[in-house]
Amino acid sequence: MSKLHITTTINGDAAEFLCDPAATLLDVLRGELDLTGSKEGCGSGDCGACTVVLDGEMVCSCLVLAAEAEGRVIATIEGVAEGNALHPVQRQFLEKGALQCGFCTPGFIVAAKALVDRNPDPTETEIRYWLAGNLCRCTGYDKIVRAVQAAAAELRQERTPA
Amino acid sequence: MPSPSFHAPETREAAIALLAADPGARPLSGGTDLVVQMRSGRFVPSAVVDLKRIAGMSGVRAMGEGFAIGAATPCTALKADAALAAAWPGVVEAANLIGSVQVRNRATMAGNLCNASPAADSVPALAAANARVLVAGPNGEREVPVLDIPLSPGKTSLTPGEFVAEIRLPPRLERGGDAYLRSTPRTEMDIAVAGAGVSVEMAPDGTCAAARIALGAVGPKVVLVEEAAAALVGTRLDDAALEAMAVAIRAACHPIDDKRGTVAYRKAMAATLARRALFIAVKRAGGAA
Amino acid sequence: MNAPEKPEAFQHFRHVGTRPVRPDGIDKVTGKAVFGPDFKAAGMLWGAIVRSPHPHARIVSIDSRKAEALPGVKAIVTGRDFPSLQSQVMAVGESSSDVVDIAKNCLALDKALYEGHAVAAVAATSPEAAREAVALIAVEYEVLPHVLGLEEALAEGAPLVNEANFTRGVEPKPDAPSNASMQVTVDRGDVEAALAGAAAVVAGRYTMEPVHQGYLEPHACVASWNADGQAQIWASSQGHFAIRSLVASTLMIPQADIRVTPLEIGGGFGGKTTVYLEPVAMLLSKKAGRPVRLAMSREEVFKASGPAPGAVIEVRIGADAEGTLVAADIDFKYHSGAFAAITASSGVASAIGHYKVGAIRVVGTEVLCNRPATKAYRAPGAPQVNFAVESAIDELAAKLGLDPLELRLRNAVAPGDPQTSGVPYGKIGWIECLDAAKAHPHWSAPLGKNQGRGIAGGYWGNYGGPSTAAVSLGEDGSVLVTTGSPDIGGSRASMAIMAAETLELPYESVRCTITDTSSIGFSMVTGGSRVTFATGKAVIEAATKVRDTLRERGEDVGCRTRGGRMARRRRGLRRRREGG
Repeated sequence: MSKLHITTTINGDAAEFLCDPAATLLDVLRGELDLTGSKEGCGSGDCGACTVVLDGEMVCSCLVLAAEAEGRVIATIEGVAEGNALHPVQRQFLEKGALQCGFCTPGFIVAAKALVDRNPDPTETEIRYWLAGNLCRCTGYDKIVRAVQAAAAELRQERTPA
Repeated sequence: MPSPSFHAPETREAAIALLAADPGARPLSGGTDLVVQMRSGRFVPSAVVDLKRIAGMSGVRAMGEGFAIGAATPCTALKADAALAAAWPGVVEAANLIGSVQVRNRATMAGNLCNASPAADSVPALAAANARVLVAGPNGEREVPVLDIPLSPGKTSLTPGEFVAEIRLPPRLERGGDAYLRSTPRTEMDIAVAGAGVSVEMAPDGTCAAARIALGAVGPKVVLVEEAAAALVGTRLDDAALEAMAVAIRAACHPIDDKRGTVAYRKAMAATLARRALFIAVKRAGGAA
Repeated sequence: MNAPEKPEAFQHFRHVGTRPVRPDGIDKVTGKAVFGPDFKAAGMLWGAIVRSPHPHARIVSIDSRKAEALPGVKAIVTGRDFPSLQSQVMAVGESSSDVVDIAKNCLALDKALYEGHAVAAVAATSPEAAREAVALIAVEYEVLPHVLGLEEALAEGAPLVNEANFTRGVEPKPDAPSNASMQVTVDRGDVEAALAGAAAVVAGRYTMEPVHQGYLEPHACVASWNADGQAQIWASSQGHFAIRSLVASTLMIPQADIRVTPLEIGGGFGGKTTVYLEPVAMLLSKKAGRPVRLAMSREEVFKASGPAPGAVIEVRIGADAEGTLVAADIDFKYHSGAFAAITASSGVASAIGHYKVGAIRVVGTEVLCNRPATKAYRAPGAPQVNFAVESAIDELAAKLGLDPLELRLRNAVAPGDPQTSGVPYGKIGWIECLDAAKAHPHWSAPLGKNQGRGIAGGYWGNYGGPSTAAVSLGEDGSVLVTTGSPDIGGSRASMAIMAAETLELPYESVRCTITDTSSIGFSMVTGGSRVTFATGKAVIEAATKVRDTLRERGEDVGCRTRGGRMARRRRGLRRRREGG
């Protein structure tokens, strides 16, 4: 089977790649484009370590065929920080110690950012349900929830005109 | 194993032609089941036909007083449609119990239906709501009740070239309400051990005018239990009526014993969930339950 | 700093007890950190593994001709590509395995012993080609009867997982092979008599299934083996020195020829203290002459990497009317899986080692079955038997009408009491812990609806084990700490804190690197709660050496230094020693 030529936008930059029709978006991000921040923990949509934002909605990139990305806009963990300036979600994950091994962290951060982008003041329940599709095997969920709350608070302050 | 070919047609006709030309071809909407099957090697289609670029396949539109939901509409998008969420909250909630937010941003009710799992969360809710589906195929379009699609686990009644193009929900019933509840070991990211969808219509005098009760995960396919609904019609949903409903439900359950639940547990839970869902539906109908 | 207050006990420390941002933090929140499956080498090939669909089958033949003919396929290996190995037990962390078994687990030799057992491997120019080649390798199996359950495996006439297995630890040596790979027995006092005279006896049977460690990062590695014998391996693990020794011994090559570079590890929980892929990637690389990457899918992880053993445990415990334990009779059987394991030893030590009991008989049996080989998982061998014994203790308390905490307190071992092995306990804090729980308001607070309250104790040993650390000082006064201990959850921060404390420097001026096996001395695996303790000790000692040396040199050139007198004295002592 010949490869497909796909044109897309990733983290604001135009990106082109060739892919096998059965390859997932995650395969291409990691294999072809060297964007290895998105992780494959399960390959079946259960762990959320591969979470990316596709046309504004967070999805498991292991459940998206790479070919479907034609003309779409994708945001990955590599685009969350602006240059060296960490996003508040990233900074709060560090401040609150919301990671142990760090393998699930990119997925959590992409998902948490997607939440605070649309909900400036999520409750703990909302955070926990929103992140239900992200597994942390080292079981640091509580600190993750605190980090997301702190990041949301920080963002609310930023958004409030002085 | 060779890779499938990939197609993203822009018209229904092109999609039908691609699917009809190759019995190994499969339509793709959310992909949350199909891609997993392809990955594991459990099922590798010879061609994948992405429906999402066909006009009208994504989104909810009014159809008279009712609703037409494009087959590629992700579950989370259903919540965003205020009219749909107000008219059929049970359906919208059921669809938004599937998987995680990431999964629901892709997964569709049409896919949930065509995956033909007896535990599909949206299907009992759709069946209770008396939803119908528009099937597109080489011989034209046909509209069938939602439960005509699944035959047995993993098998559907769709013939080569056919695909579900649309799910159609009737207008909101006057003094009507619906609800879906399921039982899972975890609150999220889990598959129903038993599920019950209920739609009810109350008469002005406070009696039950009509009801539809459908069960999931208690047999090889989702079942509509007409006897259970009949037990309620004409009653004020008193204890005797509720018990008669429960008896009918337990009789209609033919579940399997597995690590997720025993036969006895599933039967008991189906009746309990139906009762609780009924109360929510009645409340939504403006009733007093 | 995310903990504004330093605990009382740490007030005399400058850094210890604080919680600074971890040194590897930014890489992990930005996706830059390179984990096992993230690493690529130039010219790398992609590997894939053929796995047995049968739980027990003789491998009659492997025909790889079609796969070899596939464009892009560069190497195919089977169990025959390993050298002929002699039995040799390799100790790694909290468990040990025979090198022959490790090799056979990496690639089956004559028999596939569990569903998912690796049978052959390929390396190709793309992942798609590798997967296609796997599908083209024709393996002819003679399917054999298999056995999964513990008691089924021990039953008369059960299919033998290993026809050459004679139970170790049994006297006299059995004259027939069986699936019991090892039996460990401790028998002290007259258990039956004590039980007969006990005021209360409880008996219970407890069963549990194998549980996988479930680390989120599947196993992955890249290996590159050159014609001159020198090799490099990049992998995530709980110990890259363990990878080096296991690869060297399974492939019979010198350790110095192998340089293993640790990648970030996405969880291990004991399960990443062995090798599954590395020797196979080495064999493929040697054949292909190129670096080869092997990575497992989640399904492969669950099918072919070690879970903790399942168990069948029978317990009888008796106490006198005052609640003094008089006898315990514990028999447990653990899954070894396809190859012999040694968790029964720690199971015997853990079973009831935390209580004083008049007479004990503990028998632990390791059982071979057609499941993946079990591996270490958080106190390997302890939680299974511990669950059973503690459950029985609760029932005994109920029978005696005693508070379950009180019963434990009455029988808890104290420093100086013998462990099951006979070695006396040191300071363990067990009684203090029970006292604190007893004094806590939660122990006596009234319970609401659907609320319960429980208590359980357990036994586990801790040990140091060898670690190496290097501390070097830059010309500008900044400090580099280098260790050989993979950081599985933040130990780089611990090491930097300890070095900063010792050197009286700011935390930020100390940086910590975990380096490859050719760049630092041996360090045991990260496991058994040993790294902060043992590697930390090495860091402190190295940092102390740097500090003292600096002081000495400072004084030599006439500087007045804090602690200078001590340094002078030590130097004097050394001179005397050297002189003598």
